[in-house]
Amino acid sequence: MATRREGSAFAGLGPVFLKEFADQLSGARMRLLELLIVLTAAGTIYAAIQTIKSTVGEDVFLFLRLFTTAKDPLPSFVAFAGFLVPLLAIALGFDAVNGEHQRRTLGRVLAQPIYRDALLFGKYLAGLATLALVLLATWLLITGLGILLTGLAPSGEEVARSLLYLAATLAYGGVWLAVALFFSTVFKSPTTSALAAIGLWLFFTVFWGMIAGLLAPLLSPVHYGFPEELYRRAQTELMLARVAPNTLYAEATLALLRPEVRSLGPVLPAQLEGMVLGTPLPLGQSLLLVWPQFAGLVAASVLFFTLAYVVFQRAEIRA
Amino acid sequence: MMTAIETQALSKRYGDLIAVDGLDLRVEEGEVFGLLGPNGSGKTTTILMLLGLTEPTSGRARVLGYDPVREPLSVKRRVGYLPDTVGFYDELSGRENLRYTAALCGLRGRGVETRIEEALASMGLTDAADRPVRTYSRGMKQRLGLADVLLKEPQLVILDEPTLGLDPQAAHEFLGLIRSLGDRGLTVLLSSHLLHQVQTVTDRVGLFRKGRMALVGSVPELARQVLGGAYRVHLEAEGEDLESALAGLPGVRRLRRDGARYLLEAERDLRDDAARAVVQRGGRLLRLDLEEPDLDEVYRAYFEEVPHGDAA
Repeated sequence: MATRREGSAFAGLGPVFLKEFADQLSGARMRLLELLIVLTAAGTIYAAIQTIKSTVGEDVFLFLRLFTTAKDPLPSFVAFAGFLVPLLAIALGFDAVNGEHQRRTLGRVLAQPIYRDALLFGKYLAGLATLALVLLATWLLITGLGILLTGLAPSGEEVARSLLYLAATLAYGGVWLAVALFFSTVFKSPTTSALAAIGLWLFFTVFWGMIAGLLAPLLSPVHYGFPEELYRRAQTELMLARVAPNTLYAEATLALLRPEVRSLGPVLPAQLEGMVLGTPLPLGQSLLLVWPQFAGLVAASVLFFTLAYVVFQRAEIRA
Repeated sequence: MMTAIETQALSKRYGDLIAVDGLDLRVEEGEVFGLLGPNGSGKTTTILMLLGLTEPTSGRARVLGYDPVREPLSVKRRVGYLPDTVGFYDELSGRENLRYTAALCGLRGRGVETRIEEALASMGLTDAADRPVRTYSRGMKQRLGLADVLLKEPQLVILDEPTLGLDPQAAHEFLGLIRSLGDRGLTVLLSSHLLHQVQTVTDRVGLFRKGRMALVGSVPELARQVLGGAYRVHLEAEGEDLESALAGLPGVRRLRRDGARYLLEAERDLRDDAARAVVQRGGRLLRLDLEEPDLDEVYRAYFEEVPHGDAA
């Protein structure tokens, strides 16, 4: 229709955001998740420090190793976060809309002078803010523990890199929050939407890599074993893998927390000429390297949020 | 007098299903209007269209002079809506729930808390105000819903099945509260399938059936229209040939028989004539009653006249 709506789409955004944020922070599931995150942070950092102390004598980026070092049987913090953050995000958003349906509050809330936009966007922002708060607290915990246990202060670049890692994690969490929000508008029951979101996450984490491995030879077949063919196949497989947000996130994490990483794709011997192996990239260059990954994560969030928006605008209010 | 609600040929289809079919409705300002009809007759859909929460397939509506499709915020700022099954955030207290509504309405400043307090007090919820809503009874939640509606000082109040799920005592009290809104000069649109309840609080009613407004008017008007006569005599008697004798009485419009029971619809009170007729035929008169028509009767009679399933 060519009609213009009156008033702002964001009328009521503030109250919705504040209420949802307060709900998230005071809810029982938040305490549970917070506890989980704190335990993992403390555990993995402690283990990492043990390893760092015994193996690495001198390292320019010792502080970043706190995030990436694993010690059997504990994985690194980064590995844990890559696993927990999607679950946290899904937990924050899976019942956003259908929960209102079930509590029969939707009609009453939407009968107030606000648009549906404000409700959906307010909920998304509140989830994102909660996520950011949790991540920031975890980051402070790790930094604090690191300073206490190693006696070293992080350098400016290390702080910047770890904060950028935090931003990437938030962007990654934002994708799963948008996925959860989308399913909560599609499915009437919160149980179904939670299962659907976790199912999609499992699909990308476990199966998508395999599927990409199977599809790549079909799309870029290797007939004669020429290097060009092998290279093209590797490229195809990587591009397919990058459809999954977890691949993008893993790449972003890698380049940000390991300054010596120079490329996120296949590298030709010619490109290595004149390179001193193991020398770190400056922060700006690392950032340039992960820029597409960042953009991809934000784009995935926007895509799922838009889908949620479209479904929600057309949804019937009545139960 | 201004018109609070006006619709012209308002229709809503869900695929093949016609929920509301060319509805023409007028509700004047200051009136308590009852929208009556069985479940699934399109009442809630109509209400949602009036609030701009569902877009009509065709037709127009104006609420307080605004178009709900183009100006939903102006409509929703002035109209209070109590959904048929009102829900609140269980973990929050009644007061906190109202605070959220006030914030969504854009009410702020020092006056808000006073307004919330007044709304709670007017519904008798002052004592329970700071308890979580999960501890509220069904009736209390319904009253909180009305407080929620009154908070924004609406010009028009729309209540969808307000007595649904209330016990008779709570329903009676709630209807009293609704009547008091009407007495304050508020326009009220009330939907229900419980006809006898609505009768006591409404000025006019509209009978809704399969998405169409079948009849509109005050209860006595409807009674005249549908029942034919305003007088209904119930008679129980045993005897031969009573039916023809009763039907032959002057002033009888309709006679219905169910075993020994007869129902006479007449232009006047003909209890004495009926009694005489029975006795003259040598019958035994067991019961004789004059009934004031109520809405239930109107409704039942109407839907008996119009066979079900004709539009299906």
